[in-house]
Amino acid sequence: MNIAGDPQSKAYGLAAEFDSASQLFHAAERLRDAGYKKFDVFSPFPIHGMDDAMGLKRSLLGKIIFIGGLTGFLTAVCLTFIPSSILYPLIVMGKPTNLYTVPAFFPILFELTILLSAFTAVFGMFIMNGLPRLNHPMFNWDRFQRVSDDKFFCVIEAKDPKFTERAAKDLLESLGGQNITKVHED
Amino acid sequence: MADASAARPSADLTPDEQAVIRPPLVLNQRKMGWIANYVSSIVEDKTPVWWWACLVPCLLLTGVLGFCIVYLISTGVGVWGNNHPVGWAWDITNFVFWIGIGHAGTLISAILFLTRQKWRTSINRAAEAMTLFAVICAAIYPGLHVGRVWMAWFLAPVPNANGIWQNFRSPLLWDVFAVSTYFTVSVLFWYTGLIPDLATLRDRAKTKIKKFFYGTLALGWRGGNRQWRHYEMAYLLLAGLSTPLVLSVHSVVSFDFATSVIPGWHTTIFPPYFVAGAIFGGFAMVLTIMIPACAIYKPLHDLVTVSHVDKMCKVIVFTGSIVGYAYIMELFMAWYSANPFEKAAFWYRAFGPFWWAYWSMMFCNVIAPQIFWFKYFRTHLVWVWIICQFPNMGMWYERFVIIATTLSRDFTPSAWAQFHPTWVDIWMFIGTFGLFFTLFLIFIRFLPMICMFEVKAVLPEADPHHGENHG
Repeated sequence: MNIAGDPQSKAYGLAAEFDSASQLFHAAERLRDAGYKKFDVFSPFPIHGMDDAMGLKRSLLGKIIFIGGLTGFLTAVCLTFIPSSILYPLIVMGKPTNLYTVPAFFPILFELTILLSAFTAVFGMFIMNGLPRLNHPMFNWDRFQRVSDDKFFCVIEAKDPKFTERAAKDLLESLGGQNITKVHED
Repeated sequence: MADASAARPSADLTPDEQAVIRPPLVLNQRKMGWIANYVSSIVEDKTPVWWWACLVPCLLLTGVLGFCIVYLISTGVGVWGNNHPVGWAWDITNFVFWIGIGHAGTLISAILFLTRQKWRTSINRAAEAMTLFAVICAAIYPGLHVGRVWMAWFLAPVPNANGIWQNFRSPLLWDVFAVSTYFTVSVLFWYTGLIPDLATLRDRAKTKIKKFFYGTLALGWRGGNRQWRHYEMAYLLLAGLSTPLVLSVHSVVSFDFATSVIPGWHTTIFPPYFVAGAIFGGFAMVLTIMIPACAIYKPLHDLVTVSHVDKMCKVIVFTGSIVGYAYIMELFMAWYSANPFEKAAFWYRAFGPFWWAYWSMMFCNVIAPQIFWFKYFRTHLVWVWIICQFPNMGMWYERFVIIATTLSRDFTPSAWAQFHPTWVDIWMFIGTFGLFFTLFLIFIRFLPMICMFEVKAVLPEADPHHGENHG
């Protein structure tokens, strides 16, 4: 078996290479059915239906973005009403400065809701994905560079309670995985 | 460029099946590896001579823009032709013109994403880049129009020594929020879409500088499905957020006019009419820059096919017709309202001293794009490029007609005056084109101009059930 990374340090997992999206998809289904929890599949593009194939639930990000949007909305409520109704009520063309003036604030309420939702979407995604993280054990494997090109990879992590090197290797082989490699941390 | 429907292997299908089958989005059965190789090679190869030949004049024009800005700030806004009663003139015309161009990028990246128009994948990157550069060009104008540029921070609602707050009921302040939000969200959306492609460039990088540059920007993206699932959710929601945002931006821009009492401005039709016009002008600009880019990098025709151009031309003819409808409806309402000022405003637009601008607008926006009803003109790229110049010009005339013509003649004849641009007006406008194309040239040199991972995902073999029997 090939070895990537420093063999002296801890093993990260057992990785294999696949040729097509459909092979990878079926591999993910089999790993899920075999009871593995800590495994991941790598592809150059998101594969439709892969979350189900891996047994993953829908991303929580949407709910977090709702909170971000709500924060933006409430910020805008404070930003418009506190100065315009309390600190410095500016009467323009005899228009009210109390709650009735809210239609004039709709654009700002809307824009800040969108702005903070978008920030939450992007930075929430970074945090949930653990980005930025420039080093990762998988990068120790030179073949893995082609994941951003046209190859597909799968790794069963050593942390998985069901992980044994022998069984993982046999399973990956039976699924059609090539260049099975033990990836170590560096 | 091959015909889109010719590349499909469809020998074993019945005629009915052949009639409904969709033409492939990527021609010549290109593989994933080819897409990554070719699109990356545009960035990785030696800098071509044409690039320098284009960059130098664009940089010179950007320098002219810089000179005009310095001259304006050091002398005062009086160097522009703006004067009573035409207080908004070329500066605001150019602002609305550039902001409008940006809208096509967001439409392609967000609205077409939500409506599952998969053909958008090969054009969205360049179109979004165009959005950012257009908004940068646009933002220059209101920034300078405030007059005393060093006071521009008064636009931001921050506590200050005078204890004065902004008027949050003013459309001009709404505009500050709308445009700055639009730019920020567009940057976030664009960068999010770039991350997987930056990872491709990182993995292919040979030199230390490139490894550092792309490696840092890619943030260590690995392409694991545990990342993709959050990524896709973020992208979907960004698209969902950008869709109402882009509609709001030009609506808010139109409020600058519509909430005033000036005849010709005080109309409820403005928001939808401005948004349609923005998409119309923006698609024309996308085609104006994409057709030459694909002509230089010919294999890109397998990704940006004639079918793409055809679809964009259909959008142009559709939105152009909405704009034409709005023009006619404005005239109808001027007559039907029985308001003498409203009637006079439109009479002066069409037959006053700026008649040439009005009829140029009518011809360029309403009549010229109608030629896209003919398939021949939608599928022959030279014709498409030539015809797209009409919306580009026409949308500038539209903003000029709405702004300068209207202001030059309001209620009292004693307040009327003509507007004449100065050399600073003219060179600043030309200079923003220099800035726009400079930024675009830098973009295609250093970043992948096609969204590689999304194009890979629309290939037939990207389907996890590809090659299986459908029972």
